[in-house]
Parts: sequence; structure tokens; C-alpha cells
Amino acid sequence: MTTSTASDRLFRSLADPTRRAIFERLCREGEQTVGALTAQAEVSQPAVSKHLGVLKQAGLVRERHEGRRTHYSAHPSALVPLLDWTRRLAGFWETRFDELEALLKRMDQ
Amino acid sequence: MTEPLSVVVERDFPHPPEKLWRALTQPHLIAEWLMKNDFAPVVGHRFQLRGDWGGVLECEVLAVEPNKTLSYAWNFPSDDAAFNVKTEVTFTLSPTDAGTRLRMEQAGFRREQKQAYGGARAGWEQFFANLEQVLARTA
Repeated sequence: MTTSTASDRLFRSLADPTRRAIFERLCREGEQTVGALTAQAEVSQPAVSKHLGVLKQAGLVRERHEGRRTHYSAHPSALVPLLDWTRRLAGFWETRFDELEALLKRMDQ
Repeated sequence: MTEPLSVVVERDFPHPPEKLWRALTQPHLIAEWLMKNDFAPVVGHRFQLRGDWGGVLECEVLAVEPNKTLSYAWNFPSDDAAFNVKTEVTFTLSPTDAGTRLRMEQAGFRREQKQAYGGARAGWEQFFANLEQVLARTA
């Protein structure tokens, strides 16, 4: 049950385009402060902080305190449940395609 | 912005596009490789895909270009937000020297954002566990 709510948080946190953009930037450019992230975002600093909180809960972002400043960094390995899920879905279609292949052969007869 | 969740599966078939098109668009043939259905290749046509496990997918034809492209909404409506699935499935057929390349893209996965999300469950995992059971039976 613990893992299920964890993947719920993961899926939901990535459903928002602003959060995805923040996560992508952290992946691309490395560790950043809220201020630096806000400077390039089209939303306010409190909004960025809130998004970071959601990403942190999902395990996608980690924080590091340095004096009064907090640095945020991406933690992409939290995406693993998503990749597993995608692989399973691809597996579903691969199996359907196997059935389709068998059907096409039967249609020749 | 790309969709967060999209799945692409491609395969080459040693058959002409016209034949694949029939398998993708004739209800009795669709039933043999995908699910029971009341499909018709008409844009706007609403139909259902019925899984052996009892699940029913609500679908609507979005695009039809004979022997080339077929696209439909693939929805699994549920009051339980965790089970609510809204996606689009697009089949693209391209002729090759040896037959046809079939590309399937299922895109747009996202759950409905509902207030009452309290009892979050592994809806997706349950959904695909069910599909897997079906697949195991049909294998």
C-alpha cells in the first residue's frame, strides 16, 4: 500500500506542466535555489516553492540547506516506478501485436 | 510540452497495409487480437472495447485515413479517480519493401484531478494487473 500511494504522488506530481518544467530544468542544469528557479519561471516564488514541495513529496526533488539558502536538485531515479509502468503497458501492446500477427497469418488461409 | 506518459510500440508485418487496415477496422477481426467491440471506421463513432475481465473501455473514433491512420479515444471512466484513464490511441501504417510498419502510440495518460482523492490506490497497477490476467488467459 505504501508503494501504491508513492506512485500516485509520482504520477500526480508530473501531471502539472509547470512542475514538469521545474523538474526538467533541475535535471538539465543541476542544483538551484528557489530564487534562480523563479527568475525563469512564469509563476511567483511562493508558487514555485509549492511546486517544489509537491516534487519533493514525490521523491523527484531533494533539498540541501546551506546557511539560509536552500538548494534543490533533481532525483531522477524516483522515476523508476513510472518506467516500470510504461514497460508494462508496452508489454500489453507487444502481446496484442503478437495476436495481430497470428490473425494476419490466419487471414491468408 | 510533451505528455508525461506516452507509449509507442512499432512492428514490421509482412503483409500489405490494406490487410492490416482490415484487421484494425473490422469488428470481428479486432475482437480476435484486441477486444470485443462495436467499432465502425467513422469519425465521431462511439464504441466500446470489452475486456474479458469485465472492464469496458469507452472509445470514440477521432481520425480515419484508410490504410494510413486510425485514431481513437481510449477511456476507462470511473468514479474512482485512481482508475480514471483518458488516452488516445493512434495507429499509423507505413508501407515497407516487405509489407507494413505499424506504429501504435498511446498518449495523454493523466488522472482526473479530483478533490476526493483521499483513498488513493494503485489504480493503474490494478488496471494492468487485470489486463495481464486476460493476456495470460489468451496466451
